[in-house]
Amino acid sequence: MIEQNDFDLEMYKERILELAKRQLNKHPLKAYSVKQEKSNPLCGDKVIIYLKIKKSLIEDGAFEGDGCAISQSAASLLTEEIKKKKVAEVAAFSDEKMLALLGIPISHLRQKCALLALQAVREGLGSLAILAIDRNCPEKLLNKK
Amino acid sequence: MKLKTENKSIRIKMVRPKIKKTEQIEIKPAVRNIKQNIIFPILNSTVWGRRLVYLDNAATAQKPQAVIDTIIKFYETSNANIHRGIYFLAEKATIAYEQAREKVAEFIGAETEEIIFTSGTTQSLNMLAQILGRNLNFGDEIILTIMEHHSNLLSWQELAREKKLVLKFIPLAATPFAKSYQLDLEKARDLITSKTKILAVTHISNTLGTINPIKELVKLAHQAGALTVVDAAQSVGHIPVNVKNLDCDFLAFSGHKIGGPTGIGVLYGKKELLKQLEPVFYGGGMVEDVIVDKDVGKRSTLESKSFFGKSKWLPSPQRFEAGTPNIAGAVGLAAAITVLNEIGVDRIEQQGKMLREYALEKLSKIKGLQIIGPQEEQAGAIISFTLENIHPHDVAEILDKEGIAVRAGMHCTIPLLKELNLEKGTIRVSFYFYNSKDDIDALVVGIQKVKQVFH
Repeated sequence: MIEQNDFDLEMYKERILELAKRQLNKHPLKAYSVKQEKSNPLCGDKVIIYLKIKKSLIEDGAFEGDGCAISQSAASLLTEEIKKKKVAEVAAFSDEKMLALLGIPISHLRQKCALLALQAVREGLGSLAILAIDRNCPEKLLNKK
Repeated sequence: MKLKTENKSIRIKMVRPKIKKTEQIEIKPAVRNIKQNIIFPILNSTVWGRRLVYLDNAATAQKPQAVIDTIIKFYETSNANIHRGIYFLAEKATIAYEQAREKVAEFIGAETEEIIFTSGTTQSLNMLAQILGRNLNFGDEIILTIMEHHSNLLSWQELAREKKLVLKFIPLAATPFAKSYQLDLEKARDLITSKTKILAVTHISNTLGTINPIKELVKLAHQAGALTVVDAAQSVGHIPVNVKNLDCDFLAFSGHKIGGPTGIGVLYGKKELLKQLEPVFYGGGMVEDVIVDKDVGKRSTLESKSFFGKSKWLPSPQRFEAGTPNIAGAVGLAAAITVLNEIGVDRIEQQGKMLREYALEKLSKIKGLQIIGPQEEQAGAIISFTLENIHPHDVAEILDKEGIAVRAGMHCTIPLLKELNLEKGTIRVSFYFYNSKDDIDALVVGIQKVKQVFH
């Protein structure tokens, strides 16, 4: 049974709209370790995640993108949340944690929007791991422009 | 995590729209002299505490009580498999199913043997592409339009890929300053040549509401010796559709979009054509006799002509209805058609026109709202629009919380929206005869609220 509580507009505005408007962390990073784009062609949501990593710690996180308020505010929240956290901890960031971070009920259909930024982070960290295995070019890790 | 905004806090005075909550909704379409009030039980629902305003009829229509009761009654009193049993119930079910076929035939001006029951428009079009594909060869051309639904587009695209055929698209006409929302008929004339084998076109665009000139296009195609396929998912049951009048070779539509149950649809084909075509689904109920060649192992390969044997198909339409069909669905569809005939499809068309005009008038006054579709020309009861700086998904989300059901996205017409530079999609509202001006008023109030929320 889908619960039909009264829709809390105030909370929706505070969590989602204010964030999307304020564009927290919405800027590219000049020196980044990871740049990962993730988009949903079915609705035009796009998120590009930038991560600066030093000694297995996420020094800075930011994003660029365009799309619905949920996808963009999720990117804001996530990039804020993962700052100063260990890479391993962020790689284990669960879907449930992301939705809890948003703080409002997300319908089944909007889950994709809500998790887009997290998927970009995961893929970005994943590609980082692959590069780390490639011992021939460790420079790639640190000096990407 | 509490966030501080630039200013201290912005309090916005929300004006809650007052929507009448009625106990039992009687359908009062702006159509007079209907013999009986048609009850749609689901329209009594409340959603998030608001009256349900259902504006997504292009996706599926709501069901009258009569249709629901008919299906229940079928399962309670007449359920048996058809065409096979030699007992009372089987006869009852078979008669009900075949009478449903007759009803559908009459509804679109076809003959009984020209009506094939399928699971919907999508299956009809997929099946037809496979069937006709057998007779297509390298270099044969298929003409589609840029506004086709994926079910039509992909069926032919994949066939073309498989058999190395050529696919061409009739584009939208361009006015001096922008694209129009009509097909470019001049271009169509150029594209349809003696190499064209198939012209497949949608009757009413499920995204734009544009009504395409089927009669003209069919004439062009026939002059070039091509077959015509019409996707009538949005037209049958909304405007009068007569297949003899259109003279199309094949036509497909869905039962659930006209008040019938889901899982039932129709493929119409001219009987002279169906006679010559081979099925692509096999099973019970479509064979006259099954012949296998059991002696392959014993005889030498020089002697045996066929390794497999060849079974004899029944005539159309049974030939194309393998397996147990959606019997209850067909019976439910017949009940829906009865309801539509009571009102009269021409009246439904008038209702649709009135609602469309009213909606266009109200919506075009909203600042930042752009209508994506024809406004001057005749069109179906479908309107797509965008709201400046607000993502369609966000619009639909807020409208939902006001009890208003609309569709947001690409509407399974990605090539069309790409052509119109609308990668985010549109918001689409679509009406049926149980919608009223009240619903449109509620929509307008809802949109104002969306704008306030996102200001």
